[in-house]
Amino acid sequence: MKALRKFMDKIKPQFQEGGKLAKLESVFDGMETFLFTPNTTSRSGVHIHDSNDMKRSMITVVVALLPCLLFAMYNTGYQHFNAIGTTATFWQMFLFGLLAMLPVIVVSYVVGLGIEFIGAQIHHKEIQEGFLVTGILIPLIVPINTPLWMTAVATAFAVIFAKEIFGGTGMNIFNVALITRAFLFFAYPSKMSGDLAFVKTDTAFGYGGGTVVDGFSGATPLGEVATNAGDTLSDKIPSTIDAFIGLIPGSPGETSMIAILIGAAILLITGIASWRVMISVFAGGLVMGAIAHAFPTPTYPASMLDPLAQLCFGGFAFAAVFMATDPVTGARTKIGQYIYGFLIGVFAILIRVYNGGYPEGAMLAVLLMNAFAPLIDYCVVQANINRRLKRAKAQ
Amino acid sequence: MALIKLKSGFDLNIKGKINQDDVRPANPSACFAIIPDDFCGIIPRMEKKEGDKVMAGEALFHDKNDEKIKVAAPVSGTVKAVVRGDRRKIMAILIDPDDNNEDKVFDTKSNPKELLLESGLWAMMRQRPYDIVPTTETRPRDIFITAFDSAPLAPSLKVVLGDNEKYLDKAVQALSTMTEGKVYLGCSKEDSFDATGAEVNTFVGPHPAGNAGVQIANVKPVNKGEVVWTLDIVTAARIGKLFETGKVDFSTVVALTGSGIMEPCYVKATMGCSLKSLLDQQIINDDKDKRIISGNVLTGVKESIDGYLHAPYRHITVINEINKKDEFMGWASLNPNKFSIYRVFTSWLLARHKEVDLDAKLNGGERAIVLSGEYDKMIPMDIYAEFLIKAIIAFDIDKMEQLGIYEVAPEDFALAEFADTSKLELQRIVREGLDKMRAEMC
Repeated sequence: MKALRKFMDKIKPQFQEGGKLAKLESVFDGMETFLFTPNTTSRSGVHIHDSNDMKRSMITVVVALLPCLLFAMYNTGYQHFNAIGTTATFWQMFLFGLLAMLPVIVVSYVVGLGIEFIGAQIHHKEIQEGFLVTGILIPLIVPINTPLWMTAVATAFAVIFAKEIFGGTGMNIFNVALITRAFLFFAYPSKMSGDLAFVKTDTAFGYGGGTVVDGFSGATPLGEVATNAGDTLSDKIPSTIDAFIGLIPGSPGETSMIAILIGAAILLITGIASWRVMISVFAGGLVMGAIAHAFPTPTYPASMLDPLAQLCFGGFAFAAVFMATDPVTGARTKIGQYIYGFLIGVFAILIRVYNGGYPEGAMLAVLLMNAFAPLIDYCVVQANINRRLKRAKAQ
Repeated sequence: MALIKLKSGFDLNIKGKINQDDVRPANPSACFAIIPDDFCGIIPRMEKKEGDKVMAGEALFHDKNDEKIKVAAPVSGTVKAVVRGDRRKIMAILIDPDDNNEDKVFDTKSNPKELLLESGLWAMMRQRPYDIVPTTETRPRDIFITAFDSAPLAPSLKVVLGDNEKYLDKAVQALSTMTEGKVYLGCSKEDSFDATGAEVNTFVGPHPAGNAGVQIANVKPVNKGEVVWTLDIVTAARIGKLFETGKVDFSTVVALTGSGIMEPCYVKATMGCSLKSLLDQQIINDDKDKRIISGNVLTGVKESIDGYLHAPYRHITVINEINKKDEFMGWASLNPNKFSIYRVFTSWLLARHKEVDLDAKLNGGERAIVLSGEYDKMIPMDIYAEFLIKAIIAFDIDKMEQLGIYEVAPEDFALAEFADTSKLELQRIVREGLDKMRAEMC
């Protein structure tokens, strides 16, 4: 490591003001702090600091997302070989998924981090770590068949208009990854729905590929539910257990409840995510799911799903664990977090069941509540202010 | 007497604790210093010039805005120098001690308030709001005496007090005449005190339970327009002694602590003494740079070995400046020696109850506030700390007032500053907020 340190010290002057590469100062600084924890010591205030910093916090979230990512790769391969009716080993499926997802991951990071680097350089600031998480969330929520250029455009839109113009990480109002998804959803609806959006049937870097088996439907369970006709749900819809395990079509990261729960455990044990938000989203979903299930009607076929299935199907659990718990865009007060989470759960199921246009409601519910989070916090803080005023008057 | 249990906060288990209560004498100090910045809210105007003789207890300077508030010399001797900084700001007043040990004797029968002001002990108290030396025109609603120091490695105030505990009754008696309300004494379970006339509250819980702000907030919070005074029990005993004997006792017991000290211990010294006299042959001599802090690791002042003991004159901590230079990819480290109060490092599982050797590294860069609720976990007060900090940064006076800026002091945010993932300088932000607020309101 000493050699690397020496090398960094040697090239450092070129990136400082007056140097040849001064335009890349933020990039160099980002690299340097990535490689070596800075030796800066406290100048004022406390003399000691906790070892935890933004890099560690963000990387913990990335680690929590890994089970979902790995499962997503496997499931992408599984769905692919299932669709073309070829048998394949576990590793073949995984390799296909890896090859299919890798370009999306690369595009997401290159576009997002590129914009972050430019933004940091313009403002002469350190590079913020927020996109480390967003960059891995995007490939997990964007349907696998989305053309890469669309993902790139959507990522650029989200990073610039949902984050940078508000001041960067920590200042954004809406969850950046969900804005990416929402942008795709509204700008290119034809690519975001339908039977073949969620299952990759063509080759990935020349690997795999074949003709789709007759009668194969790559629709997501919720897509199947939405088009269900009759008084009972058709048996094409996977069981709750299948959805729990996750070998079903869907956005790459959202299908497996098991992988999501492992991620949730990591987030909750490390204390990075708020358990208040997470639990409340599930509670809200269960309550609304139970209400809908109590009045089943063929007009709204999703109302026939039982509440537990509602939690396991679609992006609900993924949104509850990884999207709703984004501290920047969510409520920040304890009481606010209960309300915020609960309403996300309620709205997600409400949109899913009673809005024919959208078979999935989790994304819209989180974005909607992102907009209301400051209002919720305002009310909670106002209660504290009123308590203080009342106390002063009582004297 | 009430028992108040506090949940928020954290007790840092730092290396360099004192294991025995013996107090040994410090080496004689060649020079003494009084540092005006220790007396927040006072703008010094000198009463003595360089070369003037002073007695212990005689005023060195008074406040420019209120000349009744005085700060006294801790020893008898000659004013050696008035050290000035930028824009001629007085940084320190140095005194060469003589062997006469002359103490200024005060008339104990005079008005208690006048006596406190004249003796300089007034300047060792603080008032809320603003965390400054109390102004003379307001009568406090209540007076809060903190009887324990919960900061990391802090000395036991029972040891610092020593024999002077007997003066507490007298102190409470004198202080009671200065307030309409009560005199509160906030004790810990381990070190309990009693004083006739004071209402004793026992606090159970981690640091910052010993902070005046936390104790006030959990007993009777400060509202807009109200003023309370705060002081520690050592100052209270000094006040009692003054009213009993007519002299101010400037002697103090100082705890030498931290991983940089060979053998952590208590030493008997005098306020404002040189750090050399305290730390002679005490600092571990290795290849690592040491940081000498007058005070505790959270609220203390960084000093060089040529510096002097700062108020509240009872604690020195020495830690390493940097334990490990150029740590490679520290954010990915699995090293159990990396301490965090969050469960994101392996130390949470592998070295839970181990004493930690913390250095002065920031361990990260300054960021916007991202994670929520971090401050609230460290501040046991009914305050939305994060919202208050944001209001201060935006300098929104109305919001600051509504969110309770009158109840806080910078020290109340010290632990939150330690724990802050975004590495913001919370104490500086709060101090600036209080100063601006005061300038705006007065």
